Amino acid sequence: MDEQVKEQERKKSKSQLDAEFSDLYRAHLRDVYSYAYYRIGNHHDAEDLTEQTFLQAYRHFERAQLQSHGRPLRPWLIRIAHNLAANLYRDRARKPATPIDESTTLIAPYTTEQLVEGREELTRVLGGVGRLPEDRREALIMRFALGMDNREIARALGRSDGATKVLIHRAIKQLEGFVNDAGEKGDSKPLKGLVSDSGKGEGHDE
Amino acid sequence: MSEALGNNFEGLLREALAPVEPPEDLALRLEGTLESITEMAAEELQEWELSAMRDPRNWVRPATALVAGGGAGVALVLLRARRRAHGSSSGGLSGARKSAERTVRDLGRETRKLLGDR
Repeated sequence: MDEQVKEQERKKSKSQLDAEFSDLYRAHLRDVYSYAYYRIGNHHDAEDLTEQTFLQAYRHFERAQLQSHGRPLRPWLIRIAHNLAANLYRDRARKPATPIDESTTLIAPYTTEQLVEGREELTRVLGGVGRLPEDRREALIMRFALGMDNREIARALGRSDGATKVLIHRAIKQLEGFVNDAGEKGDSKPLKGLVSDSGKGEGHDE
Repeated sequence: MSEALGNNFEGLLREALAPVEPPEDLALRLEGTLESITEMAAEELQEWELSAMRDPRNWVRPATALVAGGGAGVALVLLRARRRAHGSSSGGLSGARKSAERTVRDLGRETRKLLGDR
């Protein structure tokens, strides 16, 4: 009898957990996809990355819930996507059959061009974002594409709130510099992709 | 251009990095995958529990646990019996009988606990 009750309780908590995961998935599918898309630069890989992120999240959902102490789980999801994206670049860099130049020249068939149709400034901004160092680019994607606040970004990147604030400030300043330079040169080439070939950006210059 | 950017650069950035809607088929595919994983996991767990007990190699752990648990239960009963015997050593024949009855009762209780836990 006790065993039956235990089994019923276990099933109930499992179905409750699944329902909660379903809510999380519905609430953040767009966030994860947007992050993946701006991080990788093409729809095909962004779809794969989104799928892998949610599958991994599902496996560790119960533990994440316990450890989050009621805090939002979006930074955790984005951190999973961040790690998977890093693995993707690492794996591609290791494969001798697919040279990195071919595999990561992320020609965004991207709606960017449609999105920024007639808006040279937006093209320059996106081009500039693609030239930023990886951590700065990610912070800007989280802030502006996902609307995350400093605390959430800090949790996703595993940094302190203060360091994240500085990171975002510097990213915006650096980007402004890129965009102004491009404006002065009259450079508004169509965007190739947000991620440079190495996936690393142009290094930190203050 | 630069001035305009300086004034509303963050707004421009927000516009440039607009959220991207996932393709509809991705959402459907993902939901389908998650549903099937959930179902498979539940079925697999039930099947595994049953099939695992058909394989004699999987009897070792429950058997070990039973022996260890049983050993601990018997030791506990004997310890209690000893303590009682020590406490009522002056009780004569009736004291010894009561002690034996209690020991049997303890043994029964520990056995029930042990079987109930498995």
